[in-house]
Formats: sequence, C-alpha cells, structure tokens
Amino acid sequence: MNAPLTGALTRRGLLAGAGGLLVSFSLLPHAFAQSAAPAQPHLPGSLETSRSLDAWIRIDPNGHITIFTGKAELGQGVRTALLQVAAEELDVPPGELEIITADTARTPNEGYTAGSQSAQYSGTALRHAAAQVRQLLIGEAARRLELDPGVLKTEGKAVRAPDGRSLGYGELVSDQFLRVEAKPVSILKKPDSYRYIGHSLPRVDIPGKVTGGEVYVHDMRLEGMLHARVVRPAIPRARLLSVDSSSVEAMPGVVAVIRDGDFLAVVAQGEFQAVTAMHALAGLARWERRYALPDQAALPAYLQKNESTVGTVSASGDPDKAAGKVFEATYTRPYQLHGSIGPSCGVAVLKDGQLTVWSHTQGVYPDRAAIAEMLGMPPNKVRVIHREGAGCYGHNGADDAAADAALIASKLPGRPIRLLWMRDQEHAGEPFGAPMLMKIRATLGDDGRIAGWNYDLWSNDHNTRPGGARSLLAAQAKENPFPPPVPKLAITPNGNGDRNANPLYDLPNKRVLWHYVEDMPLRISALRGLGAYANVVAIESSIDELALMANADPVEFRLRHLSDPRARDVVELAAKRFGWSNEKLPPHRGRGFAFAKYKNLAAYLAIAAEVEIERETGRVRLVRAVSAIDTGEAINPDGIINQTEGGILQATSWTLYEAVTFDENEVTSTDWSSYPILRFSSVPDKVEVHVINRPGLPFLGTAEAAQGPTGAALANAVRHATGRRIYDLPLSRQRVKQAIGI
Amino acid sequence: MTIELTINGKSHKVEADAATPLLYVLRNDLALNGAKFGCGLGQCGACTVLVDGKATLSCITPISLAEGRQVTTVEGLGTAEAPGPVQAAFIELQAAQCGYCIPGMMMSAQGLLQSNPAPTETEIRNALQTNLCRCGTHMRILAAIRRASELMQASLGPVANKRAG
Repeated sequence: MNAPLTGALTRRGLLAGAGGLLVSFSLLPHAFAQSAAPAQPHLPGSLETSRSLDAWIRIDPNGHITIFTGKAELGQGVRTALLQVAAEELDVPPGELEIITADTARTPNEGYTAGSQSAQYSGTALRHAAAQVRQLLIGEAARRLELDPGVLKTEGKAVRAPDGRSLGYGELVSDQFLRVEAKPVSILKKPDSYRYIGHSLPRVDIPGKVTGGEVYVHDMRLEGMLHARVVRPAIPRARLLSVDSSSVEAMPGVVAVIRDGDFLAVVAQGEFQAVTAMHALAGLARWERRYALPDQAALPAYLQKNESTVGTVSASGDPDKAAGKVFEATYTRPYQLHGSIGPSCGVAVLKDGQLTVWSHTQGVYPDRAAIAEMLGMPPNKVRVIHREGAGCYGHNGADDAAADAALIASKLPGRPIRLLWMRDQEHAGEPFGAPMLMKIRATLGDDGRIAGWNYDLWSNDHNTRPGGARSLLAAQAKENPFPPPVPKLAITPNGNGDRNANPLYDLPNKRVLWHYVEDMPLRISALRGLGAYANVVAIESSIDELALMANADPVEFRLRHLSDPRARDVVELAAKRFGWSNEKLPPHRGRGFAFAKYKNLAAYLAIAAEVEIERETGRVRLVRAVSAIDTGEAINPDGIINQTEGGILQATSWTLYEAVTFDENEVTSTDWSSYPILRFSSVPDKVEVHVINRPGLPFLGTAEAAQGPTGAALANAVRHATGRRIYDLPLSRQRVKQAIGI
Repeated sequence: MTIELTINGKSHKVEADAATPLLYVLRNDLALNGAKFGCGLGQCGACTVLVDGKATLSCITPISLAEGRQVTTVEGLGTAEAPGPVQAAFIELQAAQCGYCIPGMMMSAQGLLQSNPAPTETEIRNALQTNLCRCGTHMRILAAIRRASELMQASLGPVANKRAG
C-alpha cells in the first residue's frame, strides 16, 4: 500500500470511528433532490448535482480543511487551479488546504474530466461552496461573539473581531454544520481583492514529478502485488482460436495464465517475468480476425459509403441561392492516436467481496459502473480511485487497463494486481481519434463577403466512453461478452464529430450537416477536441482560400465576418504580437492565421504561425507561433499558457506527422517508429501565448482550444509558402513534395 | 543470480536474471519511481538514467551491463526539499504537464551538462533527440535546460566556466 493513501484512509477511518465530523457527509448526489420541494433552484457549476456544501469542503475541529473534487489531475494542473479558487473564497492560503480528487468513495460525482470543463464546473462549484462556507463561519462567529457579521474579517483560518477576539474555523464547525444545501447566489470576492485567483501559483504536483515521487498509478506497490500482462494482438476484437499455455505456466515466477473467452493474460511475481511469459504466451496463441479492415487509402470513400443518418448542425437562410464566385474543397483527417508516453496501467484488488481499482480514468463513477457491470457486481461493491497516469488527451486505454486489472483480480481474490499495457498494445489498442471527411461549398458575394456556406462532414461518433461494460475491451473479449456500443447520432450544444463545425463567423446563409457513420471498423473515442480539430482545419483553410478569392488579407477577411468583440480581440492581439503583415518572407517560408472559439462556447483562441519548407525533403517546420487566448476569468495564467503551448505543440505533431496505419488484418502503427511524433529537432524556435484575462467573467475551458486553430494556421502557412493547398492531414513530407512537384 | 549495482552512490545486491532490463530492477527491486516505462523499445527516452555519466536507456540495458558502473536516476539529483540544479530549473520554469517524460528529459540534460556545461541550442536539442514528450512541453523543457546550465555554471564558479568556455 502506498504511503499517502494509507495515511489518508487511516485518518478518515479513525475520525469516522471516533464519531467526528467526517462521518456525516453526503455523497449521494440526489439526496436533496429527493427530499426537496419540486422546484429546486439551479445551483452554480457542479453544485447542481452535488448540492451539499460538505460534499465539497470539510473542516475538522483541529482546523484542517479538505476540499473535494470529482475532477482528476490529468497533467493539466487542475489540482492547483482548484486549490486557488477554494483558497481565495475561504481566505486560506492554498498550501494549507488538502485536496482530494476523483474517488467514488469520497468525492462528488462529476462525470468525466473532459471537454475543458473542470474550471467551469468544479471550479465554479468549489468557488461558490467556499464562499458560502466562509459566510456560514462568519455568521456563526457573529452569533457567538454577539457582533454584527459586517464587522468581522477572516484571516489565518479564523474569524476575527475588531476588539481582538477571534474564533478558529475549526472551533466554529460542529457536527452537521456544513451539511446544508448550497444556495444559488454567493457573496464572491471582488477581482480587485484577489490574492490567489489570477496569480500564476506554481503547480503543486511538479516538485514530486521531478524528484521521483510516488505520483502515478504505475508507481503503486501494494503488499503482495503481482504483475500482469494481457496478450492482445493488433487485430481488433480478435477471436482466440487456441492456446496451449502449459509451458508458460511452468515458467519462472508465473502464478497464473488467465483465459476467459478471448481474454488472455498472464500473472507473475516479478514484472519482467510477466513480460517474458507474455511474449511466450503470445507466440502460442492463435487468433482469427472477425472482419477485414477497410483499405486505408480509400477511407474517405468508406466513410461516405457507410453514412447511416444525417443530422443538421446549423441552418439559416438559403446557401444554395447565394450568388457569386464558388469555392469547393474536400478535406480529410486520418485516424490519430492519443499516444500517451506511458502505456495504460491499472491496479486492482478483490478483498472480502469488495473490489478496489486504481486507474488514470477520466471518470471514476462511469468506470465503476462499467466494471461492476462487466463482473456482475453491485456498484457499491466496487470502488474506483483516480491515480495519475501519463498525459491524458481524451479517452485512451485507461479504462480498459483498469478493466483488465479488475477482471484478473476477480479471478485471484486477495492478490493485488498491477496490469500495464505494452507499447504495441497501447498503440494498437487505445480508442483512436476518428477519421473525418469534410466537404465545403462556399460562395463569395460581389461585396467581398461570404454569401453562402454549405458544409458536410462524414464521421463516426467521437465518443465511446464507458458508461457500460460494452465500452471495455475486457468485457468485449470475455466469455458471455458484451458487444461494443453502437452510438447514436445526437446534435448537442457541445458538439461531437460536429464540434466547431458551425463557424463563429457571420454567415447569413448556411447549412451544416453531419453525415453520421455508425459502422466502426477500428475503435474510436474522444481525442482532445473531438471533431473540432479537423472541422476548424477545414473551415479556416477555406476561409483563407475565400480571402484569396476576395483579394483580402486573411486577418482582415476574418474580422470582416466577426462581430463578437471577444473574438475580434484575440484575432487582433495575435496578429499584432506576431507582427502580421503582407511583407514578403524569405524563400520557402510562409505565414498562416487561424481562429476558433472552442465548441463555440469555451475559450477564444487565435494563432499566427510561420513555417519553413525544406524543398528537397518536403519537411515542414513550425518556426514560430504567436497565439492569443481569452478563457474568461484566468485562475492561473501560467497554467493557461502551459496548456496552450502544449496544445500548439501537440497539434503541430498531429498536423505534420500523424496517421494510424493498418492493413486488412491489423493495425500496423504499433510503436514510435511506425507512428512518428514531434521531436526536438523540429520544435519551433519560439511559441508565445498571450492571455486576455476577463476578471469577474465565467471561467471558460482552456485545454483543447489550440488544437484546431494550430492545425489550420499550419495548413495556411504551408499554402502561403508553397502556393499549393494540401487538403489531407497530415501535411506529410510526401504530400508537400507532391504539392510542390518534387 | 546475484548482481551488485551502484545506484545513486549506494551499493545494492539484487537477485535477478542477468538479462533483466535495468529499468525493472530500479522500479521494482529498488522502489525508485524516477525512471519510467514508456515503450520498452529504446524509442521514447522515458526510462533514461545515467550510467557512468552517460545517458542510457534503462529499458533495453540488461543489468549485467550495469554491474560495476555508477548508475544515477533522477532521485540521485536531489529531493523536493533540496532539488539539484536541473530539478530546480524544471520547477522554476514549471516545465511539466503530466510529467511522465520529464525525469528522462532531466537525465538526458544532466548527462549533457556534466560533459558540456554551456551547450548551444543545437547541442541541447541533439541531446534530447531520443526523448519524446506528448503533452507538448518542449519549449519549457528547452528553457529549463538553459536555466539549469546557468545554475550549474554559477555553482561551479568562474574557473569551471573558463574551462567550459
């Protein structure tokens, strides 16, 4: 058992046993919903679903304060940002607060940590909860001191009176004190009095990460823990025909070979023994494909042919009647990887009928439901605890590895199981970012404005997250398998494959359609930005082509169609800081611009990029990028900059290099040589991120805002450098050479 | 078989097959979290440690090859309370997102700076060519290594600077 966990559990256990404050907090999200009057008020952020203050904040009699969030640290710095928010409203330095993240036994259910929504939902909830707790403390102190609450101040975890008397936060709380439903309105700090919000506090997790601290689920070492590996070929949903495992069972350290239907795994005392046995077992197993994979080169045609239904994303006016010059183009995006540097890992133990799973999942509650369903256990007999993994950019293999570990642990009761995927299993087994086909037909009116806009996209659903066992590879493979989910088309405000398919530009006549593809030869799920990445690349590439047709500067042409003042601000700032101009660049260099408001309801981001092309090889290098982002009220500006720099560099890698490859049997991009990503030799000289802070305005999501605009700015810069438009992602050396005729 | 290893200046005896990659011994037998499993193929650099001062991929280095040599992991550079110059620079510049690749990056940097205290930008990039980062922290990693170079030179004093120059 790792030390911090033991400590936390023991403390809670002791306090609970002593009948202290901790025994009586409410985790049931709808406890109040059931008992409250029918018309319950709307509460801010995730308070709406976890309505009791003590689900978010607890104060021990000794003054120790713990805050709880259902969101998980994915490397995006959310622990630090949420601590800042709570600290601000509680008037307590962030370093004096303990934070507990996603754990089905301890924290509110906030669904998934996804969609750049943690600050918006959890941050807002914690902010209001903290502000209301502070007011309750002041109120209680006023009552005890027989003073007007208005004369009291909070400082040093105490409420202080002008006459020098004070009462500590710990003294003021008593049983049930914070077990009250939150109110819809809070008295929040004013921006001019902020001490923590808006300041770039250093991330609390970084010191541990740079000194070998026990940080990741990979680092857990439970007493008696065994090491497990699955045997899973790169053939999707392969059928296991036969395996004679007797020789493997006799190998040194091997504790068990586990077969359950098409699920095959080996468990050993030592980790390298497990790896060695896995290789031996893989050599003995005979697999059969269930279906042939489509021709990779003809993937766009496959998408079009397999359209099952069409959804209208947006429609206004009549785009077909618009008069003027017509621009038409077809864009594509391949399957792409999350490609975390650390492969997925899960730790699980079944003890006395209770299953505990540690996972780098994005959603402990949905994962618990899925694992419980897979194993036929009641959900309350399964606890899922978040532990960090390597970078999470959406729904990767985390839930599957957790399920693999859980299935193995269910067969070896009492023995903690650490299950780690191998690199090829991660590359071939994670759910990919979905391929897309985008067709555009736009009309440029005589007035130099876009008169008509027809946009059609073909794509699978971009989300097959657990919610049920059907999403888990282990559940799909075991005996009495759960068939993979078949998602259904839904047009939602957040968007999915259609995310950002509707441009923010003023387009009076438009029709945006999602041609929904149900059939899914390779498993896909949410990858940072979902459809927004490719949609923004297609839209912003087309905007540049239309600007060319209009003989207009690309930045000015965008502003011509943008009436949202916050959109205009990021466009103007990025252009200014980049030094945007029409001046000639040195040979083989190009500049490109792009803009989007993520999901049309989160952060605004504009970016200008300069690239250089190596004609002989077709190599594109991003030389420099300058972006401006408005993410509402900035909790931690450096955190926003770090996330945005990361988005720019990652999207650069997607855009220049990345495509999953496969033949008719299996995935063939199974390591970093067959799926190359950005290396230091190609890293830009300079990346700038300018944050437009909007104190007092709602938090907007940050983490995914850069993906689409970066891809588009690169595509536009390559167009500028070469005079040729490349319509297919990635902008590989081969495609660049082809475009410039080399 | 029993193999004697010197890790971060301390001698350890471990029972393991001679072919066992050093990484597994570091992580499991010695409970050191710094070196990470990333690919097991020597392609990503997450497992980088120093062997006799040279950046080495521990996931493809059998322990038999590490016997009798000085192995340094990120734990050997300092602690959260008393970080070494490379660690201090990474903390100062907040050069991490998920952080999984970072210890490998730091060990590549440490190996470079030990032999070349004032590297050029190209030399830094070359030293990191086999280290992959997926969060896109590259700009900060480069800046942190430049900063670490300054911190190391400051601590080495003017004589060492002159020698390096």
